[in-house]
Amino acid sequence: MSAIYYTEEHEWLAVEGDIGTCGITEFAQEQLGDIVYVELPEVGRAVAQNDEIAVVESVKAASELYAPVSGEVTESNDGLADDPAKVNADTMGAGWFFKLKISDPSELENLMDGAAYAALVAGQG
Amino acid sequence: MNNPHPGRTEENALKTTSLHGLQVELGGKMVPFAGYEMAVNFPLGVLGEHNHTRARAGLFDVSHMGQIRLYGDGRAGALEALVPADIANLGPGAMRYSQLTNDRGGIIDDLIVTNANGGDHLALVVNGANKDGVLAHIQAALPAGMELEHRTDDALLALQGPGAAAVMARLAPGSEKLVFMSCQSAQIGGVACHISRAGYTGEDGFEISMPGNRAEEIARLLLAREEVEAIGLGARDSLRLEAGLCLHGHDIDAATTPIEAGLAWSIQKRRRASGGFPGADIIMAQLKDGAGRKRVGILPDGRAPAREGADVVDGDGKVIGAITSGGFGPTLGGPVAMGYVHAEHGGTGTSLGLMVRGKTLPAKVAKIPFVPAGYFRG
Repeated sequence: MSAIYYTEEHEWLAVEGDIGTCGITEFAQEQLGDIVYVELPEVGRAVAQNDEIAVVESVKAASELYAPVSGEVTESNDGLADDPAKVNADTMGAGWFFKLKISDPSELENLMDGAAYAALVAGQG
Repeated sequence: MNNPHPGRTEENALKTTSLHGLQVELGGKMVPFAGYEMAVNFPLGVLGEHNHTRARAGLFDVSHMGQIRLYGDGRAGALEALVPADIANLGPGAMRYSQLTNDRGGIIDDLIVTNANGGDHLALVVNGANKDGVLAHIQAALPAGMELEHRTDDALLALQGPGAAAVMARLAPGSEKLVFMSCQSAQIGGVACHISRAGYTGEDGFEISMPGNRAEEIARLLLAREEVEAIGLGARDSLRLEAGLCLHGHDIDAATTPIEAGLAWSIQKRRRASGGFPGADIIMAQLKDGAGRKRVGILPDGRAPAREGADVVDGDGKVIGAITSGGFGPTLGGPVAMGYVHAEHGGTGTSLGLMVRGKTLPAKVAKIPFVPAGYFRG
């Protein structure tokens, strides 16, 4: 059973044990529109919370993803390189971006739960 | 993720076009653009709208653009003092692309000039973001007896794509026979319109000018045709980029000349010989000797788009230019860009590097347009 956290930068982080899987939210994909390119972090890269870690591009614009928590990248979703539209089609499933081995679980306390994120989006939509 | 909804904080003082209500009704995602709130895309999405326009027909609201009329005897000569195109020999109903130049040969704005068929004026269409400055610039230069009219109550629609002519044949019979860059007056649904065979997507298509208070009913007539979809600003930009067409403020500006921009074709023979437009000394010298830099098409090798502002480098990593428009080309299925490079690097096929997020992406100079034009020349 995993817990799902959200960031103010419209990312989700599903945590199982010490591994977090990260992607962008449904709200973010709707705002961005058709995704045409993603740039993913290399496996083994160590990041601190809020470091730039990945890039997502729609037809019109490029946006950065920031590491929701500190850790080391254990896996990137290489399937997105050939089919970035998966991000639009299945944001919280096949459209995941990368997995992190979380180095400081206390940082999860800085993130939002589903209800808090829903309230944030309601104010922006 | 940063800023997935740009512009939401500055929507207070925005103007609206006659089709604002319809755009909202159709589910348009409204954003600020050129001082107006307009749809960047509709539920079909930028990719779907782009592809629909290339395959069938797309309807664009371009009412933010400035529609200006110039009245008075000697109007062609008065305008020729401001632009390098041959206006005096523009036949009735004919249109020409040109630029308002400054004393350095730079481009204040680009525009379409029409010798209205049977009319008593020249009709100008200028960029929305520049229109107030352009009006003042032209007004200040006009000799006595000329009158400039800003048609603020008129709307402008563009119907673009290979299916556009069949739609126009039904709604304004005869207009489908117009050839590229010509216009006529005609009625659509009982409304007097000016219809031209023109546009900015690289596709065959039409632009329709009409009173703003009738624009919504005409837009609804067009949208009622099954081949027509409403298209937003996002696809308008990707379509014009693939067509290799300049966007003022990006690919051309007050510091770029028409020759650097690859627009020499828009300066007719008589004007090349006679000059008499702002910056003529510089522009005529560049016509003769070439310019030091030129606008080129650029195709990145991989899938990563290079955006406006990215540096262009040579094999040694030396900066030789910059990207002025860049993104994803849906018809090409990959990244596409335009930019300026030193002339010696401007040959088709020349290898370049593009600096994107600190990395050098390999790219090549490519012919523009990237997608063949579908203009109807009769």
